[in-house]
Amino acid sequence: MKRRSFLRSEAGHGLLMLSPTALYATIVMAAPLVAVFVFSFMTPGYLKVVWTFTLNNYAKVFSSPIYTALLGRSLLTSGVVTAVTVLTAFPIAYFISFYVSPARKSLWLFLITIPFWTSYLIRVFLWKVILGYNGVINSAFLGLGIIHEPMTFLLYNMNSVVITLAHSYAPFAILPIFVALEKIDRSLLEAGQDLGESRFMTFIRVTLPLAMSGVVASVLIVFIPTAGDYVTPTLVGGANGQMIANVIQLQYFKLGDYPMGSAVSITAMAVVTAVALIFVFLNRRFLRGPK
Amino acid sequence: MRGRGFQIYAICYLIFLYAPIALLPIFAFNNSTVISFPLSGFTTQWFSQLWTDTSLLLAVKHSLIVAVSVSILATCFGVFAARATTRYAFPMKQGLMGMIMLPLVLPDIIIAVSLLVVLMQMGASLSILTVILGHTLIATPFTIAILNSAFQSLDKSLEEAAIDLGETPASTFRLIILPLVMPGIISSLLIAFSISLDEYIIAAFLSGTEATLPVYIFAQFRFPNKVPVIMALGTILVCLSITLLTIAEYFRRRGIAKAGGKDTGGFL
Amino acid sequence: MTSSPAPAARLARPLIELREVEKYYGDYYALRKITTDIREGEFFSLLGPSGCGKTTLLRCIAGFEEISGGHLSIDGKDMEDVPANKRPTNMVFQSYAIFPHLTVEENVGFGLRRDPSSKEDKARRVAEALEMVGLKGFGKRAAHALSGGQRQRVALARALILKPRVLLLDEPLSALDKKMREQMQSELRKLQRQVGITFILVTHDQEEALIMSDRIAVMFEGEIAQLDSPERLYRRPISRKVAEFIGIMNFLPARVLSTGPQIALDVAGLGQIAIDAEQCPGTPRTGDASVGFRPETMTVLYEGDPEPSRGKVAQGTVEEVVYFGDMSYYEVRLEGVEKPVQISMRNVVGRPVLLRGSRTRIAWEAGALVLFCEPKA
Ligand SMILES: Nc1ncnc2c1ncn2[C@@H]1O[C@H](COP(=O)(O)OP(=O)(O)OP(=O)(O)O)[C@@H](O)[C@H]1O
Ligand SMILES: [Mg+2]
Repeated sequence: MKRRSFLRSEAGHGLLMLSPTALYATIVMAAPLVAVFVFSFMTPGYLKVVWTFTLNNYAKVFSSPIYTALLGRSLLTSGVVTAVTVLTAFPIAYFISFYVSPARKSLWLFLITIPFWTSYLIRVFLWKVILGYNGVINSAFLGLGIIHEPMTFLLYNMNSVVITLAHSYAPFAILPIFVALEKIDRSLLEAGQDLGESRFMTFIRVTLPLAMSGVVASVLIVFIPTAGDYVTPTLVGGANGQMIANVIQLQYFKLGDYPMGSAVSITAMAVVTAVALIFVFLNRRFLRGPK
Repeated sequence: MRGRGFQIYAICYLIFLYAPIALLPIFAFNNSTVISFPLSGFTTQWFSQLWTDTSLLLAVKHSLIVAVSVSILATCFGVFAARATTRYAFPMKQGLMGMIMLPLVLPDIIIAVSLLVVLMQMGASLSILTVILGHTLIATPFTIAILNSAFQSLDKSLEEAAIDLGETPASTFRLIILPLVMPGIISSLLIAFSISLDEYIIAAFLSGTEATLPVYIFAQFRFPNKVPVIMALGTILVCLSITLLTIAEYFRRRGIAKAGGKDTGGFL
Repeated sequence: MTSSPAPAARLARPLIELREVEKYYGDYYALRKITTDIREGEFFSLLGPSGCGKTTLLRCIAGFEEISGGHLSIDGKDMEDVPANKRPTNMVFQSYAIFPHLTVEENVGFGLRRDPSSKEDKARRVAEALEMVGLKGFGKRAAHALSGGQRQRVALARALILKPRVLLLDEPLSALDKKMREQMQSELRKLQRQVGITFILVTHDQEEALIMSDRIAVMFEGEIAQLDSPERLYRRPISRKVAEFIGIMNFLPARVLSTGPQIALDVAGLGQIAIDAEQCPGTPRTGDASVGFRPETMTVLYEGDPEPSRGKVAQGTVEEVVYFGDMSYYEVRLEGVEKPVQISMRNVVGRPVLLRGSRTRIAWEAGALVLFCEPKA
């Protein structure tokens, strides 16, 4: 066989072609992440790092109640956000996939994606306007005489964080489920009913398992970024709605404590990744179970 | 009727999605510094105040520079990656693509702080240049997603035909591939532009003293009397985004139609 | 277009020489040491079942695949370091690969971009090429507004306008319906005669190959099993496998009694006969063998028909009759043979089709038989 140099081969061409993008991601993302990992084991100094190895930062993260509490609240909040978002998104994806005529599907998807692309900050701020003490809901309800004094549980707590994040991540949850539903061969569903299952049982036994890959993707794509969201807890979270990103920002920006901020970041990422992996694993087990 | 319940639900959902945006113009034209009901009259003063705010205009300038650079850079990276994945098989493809697409799920704050510490450590000074670095990173996965579908609908034999007719690989790219994926490229440019224009956290961490528009807006939230002006600004931005997105969607669909493919859905 | 020179002169010289050409896809051995010549000006077909490597061989000639071993030369020039865009070949793709963003004219004139001739000259050549394929007046049409047959013609014009030494066609007719396909078969054949360019056609349709080609290479599993004219391929297939791939062939068990210029045989159902050595495409060997014949080489005789003047007669029973309008197909069990043989006959007015179960005589000629002395699979 003749030998060709690797760069002239198909594989070589492909790698070469991908290399600018891959290199960029390596330098701007992967390498800094590694640096953060290394920093998290170093000794803090204001706005710089002292190069002596220590586990102190991690010890602080796990011993001080503020970090664990914030981490717990972040996980809880994004867990609730994920559940709410995915559960409310599923019927929409189902509706678009099964009830909207093919010609109008793109229009629906477009309508759903538009809000996502419009100024994120202002959108979050507007929830403050909607949910606030003098907000749209309170003034409307007061005006209609449904309530007699403004509701205070709407804003500056986990409720408002959940509502705002669910709103922000709606298209992220809808699209993967929609794609999975679109891939289902419609004759399978007819086969299910043909074999004597009711509509509902066909949904449970055929549609849902087949759509599960999309649901898993939705869950991950909502859960992971929301756990690290900064803007929403800052603007609508109040004191009781703060999340882990706030403390990371505090460490880096206000305190200039890079190693500590790094340790919090790494811990948060590790915990979120672990939760995500556990979810994926459980889901696999569950899906394989009934078969 | 079949699906009636779903339809009502879907409409409620759309109302939920659009409620905040719908409020924007209402307060932008409301003659009161307090953002609440009842409304107190029509005014355009918030819009005219926009033009007099020099720090705002500077932020707009910064944002435009960043967004234009990011859209070009991210689209170039997207073209390379999309071409590589759709056309070639090579080792480590899955892993490399996974890394490149990672910013899609990685919280922005992590990207922001990791870049920040490295830049500080290297002694680099923060400016819109460093914002461009970060924004390009997070916009690239989106451009890849769009360009992938554009490159995927290209028939490989079209390229071979051009080569067969005497063109080089480079001129084939220019004469055949580029025109056919052009709609995808335009839509990718617009999406990357929108992402960058809208991004706050990375900009907040990496812009130093050269605030971009979202950084400026966030700072204004602390001053209640500035809020109506922000509402006016938001109204303009929303109109701009919707226009850009509509154009992007138009080109995306035209690209699919041009290559004779079937439309499979939205941007993601 | 000039009329082609005398065929004899042109057919002499090999245009493409393949010497032990091999192709590996990873571990998969797709082309196995193919050695053959393709002559100047001939219509050459590659015929074989799906996956036998026809497309691979064509793409190796075009330069889209690098060969893993052996040598390939076109016009006496080794092609090893010549990329596809520099080879004197052009291709008509199975999907036609019409550039969707260009008009018909721009598609056809695509390859002229680097040509130094004037704009007017190019336009004239494009118009000529379009006329040649019967698309006069279609030049301004958008490429995506064409039917399958029209796309096919655009692809042909686009490839031929460059006057390549070789035109490569990968199943160009497979996307067309039956009627259109038959029309294009004769048009392609005429076109090839008219332009005098060597055509290499890939097809898995044996009828198409027989109709169109000067020579056909039958391929199995990466190897050329037989390379011959259509007639020889049909009359003297080199193996049972080739015979079965091209048309229908009946096989009868036989024993070779002696070899020489005349071969003595004992054939089940036909008795002891002698045939010419030429009728055995392989090397004749004494012992077990099989004898093949085409369905149309035997005739079912009616009661009262005279014995044929040439040839012999065997006895048999009609087991099945299929009426086909102009033809009838009989399945006849020859005496002493287990498996019925197929015989096809032209229907003649006034002679009713024979009924199932009738006993009948079969007229046959020893000259129509082919002897296969291959070890049993
Ligand atoms: N790029 C490739 N990588 C790996 N294997 C390949 C590749 N291209 C073809 N093959 C294999 O090589 C063999 C021959 O393929 P080829 O396309 O030449 O067949 P073909 O004779 O043209 O068949 P068909 O009539 O189906 O088109 C097949 O088994 C195929 O699977
Ligand atoms: Mg083939």
